[in-house]
Parts: sequence; structure tokens; C-alpha cells
Amino acid sequence: MFRRLPEIETALNAAGHTVSFTIDGRPASARAGDSVTAALLANGVTACRTTPVSGAARGPYCMMGVCFDCLVTIDGTGNRQGCQVRVAPGMAVETQNGKREVER
Amino acid sequence: MTQPSRGGEYDVAVIGGGLVGSAMAWGLARAGQTVAMLDEGDIAVRPSRGNFALVWVQGKGLGMPEYAGWTKKSSDDWSGFADLLREQTGLDVAYRRPGGFMPMLSEEDLQARANTMMRLHNQPDMIRYPYEVMDRETLRKELPFIGPDVVGGTYCPLDGHCNSLRLLRTLHKGIGLLGVDYRPNHRVERIEHRDGGFRMTTAGGEVRAGKIVLAAGHDGARLAPMVGLSAPVRPQRGHVIVTEKTAPFLHHPTVYVRQTDEGGVMIGDSFEEVGFDTTLQPGISSAIAERAIRFFPLLGKLNVVRSWAALRVLTPDGFPIYEESKTAPGAFVATCHSGVTLAANHALTLAPLIAAGGLGDSFTPFSARRFHVPQAA
Repeated sequence: MFRRLPEIETALNAAGHTVSFTIDGRPASARAGDSVTAALLANGVTACRTTPVSGAARGPYCMMGVCFDCLVTIDGTGNRQGCQVRVAPGMAVETQNGKREVER
Repeated sequence: MTQPSRGGEYDVAVIGGGLVGSAMAWGLARAGQTVAMLDEGDIAVRPSRGNFALVWVQGKGLGMPEYAGWTKKSSDDWSGFADLLREQTGLDVAYRRPGGFMPMLSEEDLQARANTMMRLHNQPDMIRYPYEVMDRETLRKELPFIGPDVVGGTYCPLDGHCNSLRLLRTLHKGIGLLGVDYRPNHRVERIEHRDGGFRMTTAGGEVRAGKIVLAAGHDGARLAPMVGLSAPVRPQRGHVIVTEKTAPFLHHPTVYVRQTDEGGVMIGDSFEEVGFDTTLQPGISSAIAERAIRFFPLLGKLNVVRSWAALRVLTPDGFPIYEESKTAPGAFVATCHSGVTLAANHALTLAPLIAAGGLGDSFTPFSARRFHVPQAA
């Protein structure tokens, strides 16, 4: 659904700035500097969570820290705003099913 | 909402559209009365939108055992009340009665609490109900997440909680279905008692009724003297914090912290005497957050999504006032700070009595005349 612009893709590939991380335990890669949300979208993950009360699927909307729809679990902490965190090597990103757990 | 269809003439006008007024209007209409509910607008001081949603029994009534009995009765009737609301409106107010805790952070506080509970239950005419004083290890079996500072607490199986915002919404839907004329923006300016009835001058025009129920919370202090009653209430501010929605982990409400049916954790129980000021004080929010984290350290990981301050409606002794006017019969006052806990009583017991004509002797202890005793020299 989302694709990087070809010229950026080419430039980044040439520079070799690739970051390896995981999405729900599966290996994935992103570009250095991507937000977690951008990295998820680039990997085809458009629905990153379900809502805590009705369970409806949600995906990133504003990409600038306002809408809180891009919440995911990052390295074991729930309800992180994916668009406000840069993806890092080895990062464990998990889509979030309903309410966060108090202990993670 | 229903348009006024009775020419401004009603069996009863309920003044106040919060939890007390709505429960009264619901009960009165259910008892066959034609009812108008006169309310202020959106900017009214509205404790019903700021409360903590406990349906709480333990510890209440020291100094007035009748209040302990009244509270227990409402708690006992709450489940049936929630069922009636659900059958009528299709809405679930999420009433649960898993038993509630009052955790303590020092041995002195725990001992003082145990003494208070004992004195409460030693009062003459006190209704008995079960409670337990628990040490740390016993408490921890029920509340596994308590922090190292918690020394124990008290437990009462009658305590519970609900979703109080949904309760207000459900009552408003319910009174609409029962044909109550809900009249927002009808702040009552003047009440006249004449020809055995009442005439209210309001911001939205004149309304007439055979009986009136003052359930106006803070505004009761202004309105009650117009019909020979007295409601010397004052605002007492409390802060509330609510966290993001979290998977259920806290299975019992406590006085200070509870998890709502939708998962948010509410933190509360501050007391400030500051008049009609609902400004949030970050220092107080921090203090109640810090105390909550001492009770349950894992709350420290959660994000706060909202906090607010609201104004309890307090009488001088903290107990409710229920009374019919001697000089203007048919005018009743009903005011209290536990509009959630007592909602079942207001709807199922008090309203039918008023519909039938009067409160009877069992309500004498709740008269405001108790505040008019001359001070001893």
C-alpha cells in the first residue's frame, strides 16, 4: 500500500543505511532515520493495533504525534507512539491487541 | 428531548439535573408522576461529571448510624437498580460489587482505621455489616500488586463501583423514555409557594408544579430558603487522575485507586477547601499520584491521559439532607455528596415516597434542623 519514492529508495540503498528490527518477532528492515511507524508502513503493516474498548483495527493517521492512533509496543513497553520514536537496530516492535498490559 | 406539552404544569418539578436530580426524576416518573427536570446549562458546576464512581459502604455513618443503614440499603439495592436501567435503556452502567479495600501506609493509620470501624459498629442502632481488618500478608492475597509500604487495610464485601458517567447518561435516557420533560438552561431564579403549588421563575420561562424536589447540589444553599428549607452545603474540591486504558489487573476498588470497566485507572481522594474553584493544582495531582504509586508501584509505568478537579457537595457534618418544608408543604430537599452510592435509594425508595406524599418519620434524622441546635456554652 505504501512505497518509498524511487529516488529516495535508490539513494538510501546506495548509502547502505539499513536497520534490522523485528515486527511481532518476524525479522524486518527499515531505513536509518525512519520512525517506527514509517518502518511499519514500509513493511506493509498498516493496522498497528486494535482499540481498547471496541476492538476496532487502527492504523497511523497524523504521523506527527497528535492522533495517538499509531500506538504499538516497543521493546516491551505498551502504548508507545510509533511516529515519535526512531527505529533502532534490534528493536522489538509489536502490534498491540486492545488494552496495554500494566506490566509492559 | 420531549417538548413541554403540559402547559408548564407538572405533578413534580425536580430542580437539578445531576445524579441526584436524575435519579429522583426517574423514580418519580416511574411512580406515575408527571415530571419536569429543570437544569442549568453545560457550564453548571457539575459534580456528577467529576466523581470517582464508588458505590461505597465501609466507614460511613460514624455520628449518624441511620446514614450507615441508608447507605447499606442503597448498596443492597444497586444491583437490581442497574438491572432495571439496563432493561429500560439497553445501557449497562457496569455496576460491580467485588468488595472494596482501604489500604494503609502506616501501622498508626491502620490502627486508627480499625478503631474507627469499631466505633462505627458500636453505635446504638447501628446496622451490622461484615468487614475485616487485614494485615499485609492477608491483604496481599487479595491485592497482589501492593507496594512495600502498605501495612494492611480494611475490607468490606459490600463495596463496589460503576461507570458513573454512563450512569448519568443512562438516567437521562431513562427519564426521556418515561416522558419526563428535561429542561436545560432553566436555572431557577425564584420559587413561590402559592395556592398549594409552586411557581418557578427560570431563565427559560415560568414552570408550575404541585411539588418540588430541590436536588440542585451546590445551588441548594441558595434555593432552599425560598421555600422554608435549609441546605447549608459547601464545595469541597477533589482531584482525579485517569490513566490510559489498561488490561484488567486491579479487581477490587479502593478508596484511592480503582480500575474502570473500560480499563482506565482512576486515582483520587484529595480534599481541599477552596470555594468554587475547579482549577487543577499540579502539586495536588502529584501528591495523589505519588500516594497511588506507594499503594501500587506498577501504576508508575502508566501514562496519564486526563486529570481534573471537581467539587463535592458537603453539608456541615457530611451526611445527607432529606426534608419536607414545614411552611411550604410539597417542597422537598435532597442533597448529599454520595450521588452515585445513593442513586438506588433516591430512585427506588425516596422518589416513590415523595410521589406518595411524604417522607415519614424515618427521615427525621436527615433533617437540616440538626444544624440549628444552639451551641452549648
